[in-house]
Amino acid sequence: MTDTTDQPLAPVARASRFLAAEARWSWLEIAFWIAAFGLAFVFRSNHLLFAEIAILALFAVSLDLILGYAGIVSLGHAAFFGLGAYTVGIMARSGWGDPLTGLVAAGVTAGILGFLTSFLVLRGSDLTRLMITLGVASLLHETANKLDWLTGGADGLQGMMVGPVLGHFSFDLYGTTAYVYALSVLFVVVLGLRVLVHSPFGHALRAIRDNPLRARAIGIPVSRRLIAAYTLAAVIAGFAGALLAQTSAFASLDVLEFHRSADVMLVLVIGGSGRLYGGILGAIVFRLAQDGIANITPQYWQFWIGLGLVALVLLGRDRLEIVGRRLVGRVLPWLVGEEKAR
Amino acid sequence: MLTILFDGVSTGMLLFVLACGLAVTLGLMNFVNLAHGAFAMVGGYVTVIAMQRFGVPFLATLPLAFVIAAAIGLVLERTLYVHMYGRNHLDQVLFSIGLVFMAMAGMDWFMGSSPQNVLLPEALKGRFDVGGVGIGRYRLFLVVVCGILAVALQLVLSKTRFGSRLRAAVDDQRVARGLGIGVQTIFALTFAVGSGLAGLGGALGAEILGLDPSFPVKYMIFFLIVVTVGGTSSIVGPFVAALLLGIADVAGKYYVPSLGSFVIYALMIAVLIVRPNGLFARPGR
Repeated sequence: MTDTTDQPLAPVARASRFLAAEARWSWLEIAFWIAAFGLAFVFRSNHLLFAEIAILALFAVSLDLILGYAGIVSLGHAAFFGLGAYTVGIMARSGWGDPLTGLVAAGVTAGILGFLTSFLVLRGSDLTRLMITLGVASLLHETANKLDWLTGGADGLQGMMVGPVLGHFSFDLYGTTAYVYALSVLFVVVLGLRVLVHSPFGHALRAIRDNPLRARAIGIPVSRRLIAAYTLAAVIAGFAGALLAQTSAFASLDVLEFHRSADVMLVLVIGGSGRLYGGILGAIVFRLAQDGIANITPQYWQFWIGLGLVALVLLGRDRLEIVGRRLVGRVLPWLVGEEKAR
Repeated sequence: MLTILFDGVSTGMLLFVLACGLAVTLGLMNFVNLAHGAFAMVGGYVTVIAMQRFGVPFLATLPLAFVIAAAIGLVLERTLYVHMYGRNHLDQVLFSIGLVFMAMAGMDWFMGSSPQNVLLPEALKGRFDVGGVGIGRYRLFLVVVCGILAVALQLVLSKTRFGSRLRAAVDDQRVARGLGIGVQTIFALTFAVGSGLAGLGGALGAEILGLDPSFPVKYMIFFLIVVTVGGTSSIVGPFVAALLLGIADVAGKYYVPSLGSFVIYALMIAVLIVRPNGLFARPGR
């Protein structure tokens, strides 16, 4: 008797248990954050590089929200990054140098642009979206180029005065403050996104990515979800841009260049899109590889990045993950086994 | 006024020659090839190298630019592109961006990053007046050459056996294959011709558009605009779109130089919002 009444409930219970397990913190995650914050106390000479990695990771995480989770292919994500950078840059030049309020302001302006342009990417095929995102970024680049009284044009924004974080920690030469600051922002954003992607909202996004028609049929308001995701991604990209401008005390047209949109896409693909930590992993690999290659051939690292990209796509992006998993699967038991043997 | 119009038309026709190969791969074969500009750059550099190092006259370098770009296109199509046809758009985007990066860094290594100049022969320099309208000789040359090419392309596509086979292969690959049409050969040939035309366009345009290793990215959006705004139903759509783009670009830069390329990007976004499939979309597709 009880069996038959419980039967219809069982799949639901199983599903919610599965979802809860997915959202649970893993040891690897906790270890990662402890290690990341721990780096603030060692390797002082590398802190500027670490800060760059954290910023790139934040940028990639924001792209992941629309590309990996919502399935929108964007070639112009640098628009929001650049807008964030210029927002704090212009504020800092005109005397408002407080980092945190600048960060919020950058998020707001980028978010407004994201909200306004999100209506444009709702329609059309992949190709149309690609063109529109590319067009918006180019438009912004051209605007920043022409408004040289405001942005410094091609020379970049000179004379940014960035104040200390929270009124205490001023940016030092080694970049320790920059690193901890960028990492903290990344941590808070990832915490928020963790909740978000495991919420019904996150599941709705993935449903839209996999099949917009069916998602609509089961009652998901597709357009509204996409607008929300696109706007949020723009806010986070604005944060990333603001962090770059604050930590380097400089903003130039480079923050709006096409290669930035392309690079961040590459970062995300290396790390694996549609995963919360994909962007972070990709940023670490990409930036270290870039650093390594640039040490050997300073001018032509772009060639090797391109070659890697072509090879990656030809071999299949999912194969990278399979190889990675197999590697981890081999190495982990081997490490544990060694210790047991001793 | 008419001079600007004429300059715009010649720029537009140049853009058409540059982009028509993309119209076929992107428009008809639905392959997002962002690396199209790289072939144009190769053509441009072939002309520069042939003229500077080997003293070949300008006009003789043009067929050379076509042939070499087409050959590179053919080899790449057979070895790399052929694996990408069935993939999703993200893969295609990543793949072609990778190619662009390689082409740009490679050209930088090979030729240096400074812009290259093409020395035009005396006969093509200067201007002359027709009823008060100043016409650049080189511009006229461009209009004539590109005009002939456009007409020839349209004829090949609509009147010859190859053209009808290509259209069949694009419309329905499986049925075309079933009818005994060598779809792969046709695609490879089309890709090679498209790359060759891009190379020719790059050679012709080196004088007007400039030539340096960042060429593929700088003009990528222009090529994409021609194809997306022009739609994919025929060669006429991209042709009209290229003309409009050329005129808007030249006129915009002449009348409101402070806006720069602003006009074009805004126009493109506006068109794509109103007609997501381009101005001349085929109904029902």
